[in-house]
Amino acid sequence: MSTDNARPNDSTSKVPATKGMSLTQDAWRRLRRNRVAMVSLWTLVVICVLAFFTPLLPLQAPDFTQTSLQYAEPIATPFWLPTLELDTELIASTPEAVAQLETELPALETALRQADQQFDRADAALTDDLTQEQRKEALTTEQARYDDARFALRQKQAEIQDTVQQPYRKLGFANLGGLSRWMVQMRFALFGNRSINSVCGRDLLGRDMLSRLFWGARISLIVGLVATIVSLSIGVTYGAVAGYFGGWVDDAMMRLVDILYSVPFIFVVIFLITILGQEDVADELTSMGIDRITVFFFVVGAIYWLTMSRVVRGQVISLKNELFVESARSLGAGQARIIFLHLLPNLFSVVIVYLTLTIPRVMLFEAFLSFLGLGVEPPDVSWGLLANEGIKVITPVKIYWWLILFPSMALGVTLLALNFLGDGLRDALDPRLRDE
Amino acid sequence: MIAFCVRRAMWMVLTLWIVFTATFFLMRAVPGGPFDGERALEPEIEMNMKRRYNLDKPLPVQYGIEMWNYCRGDFGHSFKMGDYTVNQVIAEGLPISITLGLLALGFAVTLGLLAGITSAVFRGGWADVLLMLVATIGVALPSFVVAGICIIFFVFLIPLFPAAGWGELNQLVLPALCLGAPYAAYIARISRTSMLDVLSQDHIRTARAKGVGPVRVVMVHALRGALLPVVSFLGPAIAGILTGSLVVEQVFAIPGLGSHFVYAALQRDYTLAMGLVMLYTVLLYSMNWIVDISYAVLDPRVQLK
Repeated sequence: MSTDNARPNDSTSKVPATKGMSLTQDAWRRLRRNRVAMVSLWTLVVICVLAFFTPLLPLQAPDFTQTSLQYAEPIATPFWLPTLELDTELIASTPEAVAQLETELPALETALRQADQQFDRADAALTDDLTQEQRKEALTTEQARYDDARFALRQKQAEIQDTVQQPYRKLGFANLGGLSRWMVQMRFALFGNRSINSVCGRDLLGRDMLSRLFWGARISLIVGLVATIVSLSIGVTYGAVAGYFGGWVDDAMMRLVDILYSVPFIFVVIFLITILGQEDVADELTSMGIDRITVFFFVVGAIYWLTMSRVVRGQVISLKNELFVESARSLGAGQARIIFLHLLPNLFSVVIVYLTLTIPRVMLFEAFLSFLGLGVEPPDVSWGLLANEGIKVITPVKIYWWLILFPSMALGVTLLALNFLGDGLRDALDPRLRDE
Repeated sequence: MIAFCVRRAMWMVLTLWIVFTATFFLMRAVPGGPFDGERALEPEIEMNMKRRYNLDKPLPVQYGIEMWNYCRGDFGHSFKMGDYTVNQVIAEGLPISITLGLLALGFAVTLGLLAGITSAVFRGGWADVLLMLVATIGVALPSFVVAGICIIFFVFLIPLFPAAGWGELNQLVLPALCLGAPYAAYIARISRTSMLDVLSQDHIRTARAKGVGPVRVVMVHALRGALLPVVSFLGPAIAGILTGSLVVEQVFAIPGLGSHFVYAALQRDYTLAMGLVMLYTVLLYSMNWIVDISYAVLDPRVQLK
């Protein structure tokens, strides 16, 4: 990852540190000598690969409840456990059923559009001097018709989704995307119905901890990655624009950052998530294809960009008077082109270091929110949610240590590796340490 | 100094106003109110309740009233907790949270400094390696994980402390320790680096040459300089302890502000949540303020701007 992203440095680096060796190669060489960072890097690669291919692995279904096996301790014998068989016939018949259902969709959509237009017409026909309450009163029938039409459409969409998910849901999988569904099919083709026994124990509902860990990894990692990228794009753009334009634009933009810095964001974010989680709002958002995790991406992205913008601004200020910017300008390059094509590639090392250091913070934040019950929602799992479930069932009578230990370890190892890698990258890319 | 404080106060007012406005309009943008529960209310009752929360007036008027109330320090009624006002909730929770937070901060600073100084003095030895390993792990682990591990060890395996509750001294130790642990780890790392930095400077060599004892050199001559980065970390540490108390109070069932805030968020008690957001903003801002001032006091070279 690091080499791919850092490559643009090659062409734009002004002074190669050592003869015949580009900035990236040099950084890579330094990183390779840092054993802790390399171990972390490989750990992360393994974790990411495993998380990506989780549906392919012979694991039990993450959401398959077996109350008779409640709180079963970790066992490793027998290693293989027969689980439910995937209903391939049902899967084969779904495309047909879905196509059947989809033919009914256009009619419902038209009905909704008509109801909407009717509502607008009725609304426009009302005089302006009515209060909000009176307007509402007058539009009750139109509103009801619109609600009915929308409800019918939603129901049909949900039905289609149900038909697609049905064969997998029966086995205990949460809603799966297309690729994951294919991978689950492959897994059953490869391994049959054999699954690894619960080597990490089982939880309150008898669900397999090992498989929940793997499925949780997917969400924890993707949240960390996507939210960081969102924050990165905001921060880099904001900082670059402020730094490049300078003057009062810079002043105003950075003052805003100063103000935002002193806002206790976690509380505001929780407040925001509370509001966006309100049923009506959530319903509205879901219909627009935005679920809670997506909301999370943007909310978190929107708060973690502050530091990045400051760092990028500083770098841009020091770079913007360089000759290569001057020559680009004299060749007639636009300002956006100069910022994004000429200046930003020079900031890749800063950005990469920041990326590896922000991902663990974001993951920690996700775990924190999931722990409080405000993040990922069941049936989805994340490591934070698992740790929360573990801590909730602490009783004086019996400690289900595996419910706390394994999620904590997964989270701890990943965060530790990310931190070490970030530190290592910073050391490797830090120009102040160069040629010592 | 005075000019600095005045400017800071102005920024604080501006920040508070922004937070207030944002939360206020977010809150009002949500359909529904405090009373759309399971059963429909009589129109008269609903009218009364709306009047209580000023929801029957137009939005700008509500905004004005609410702002005036906040300026007077009256945070209004809780949406969900029947007879409680937000002020009462704060009055109950704040002392608990502050006690917990201060204790955690105390733990963090003492443990962190001790560990940092020890590992700087014995640089490269086994104590250094061990302490820094523990510190790195402490930085990476979230506080609820630390709390879970602590509970397993100190409540069940070696029953030293009770698992939950509030009121007695021994109920305080474990939560404060868990809350302070990540920051102790940070402080250990920071103070180690700065201590090493200071120890290699000339004035330390001069002191040693004059025959000052090793303990005195470290604890008096070097510590003052080494404290600076630690002090500047206190701002983020206080912010983190405020946030961390959300989780730790939850785990140890402590009736502090953090528990109330989580409750407010889960129950959608907007007035309570909004009041607490404002309170936390004030707390955080004034803490950072104090940290900045103490930084300038410790280091005469620092100019307050």
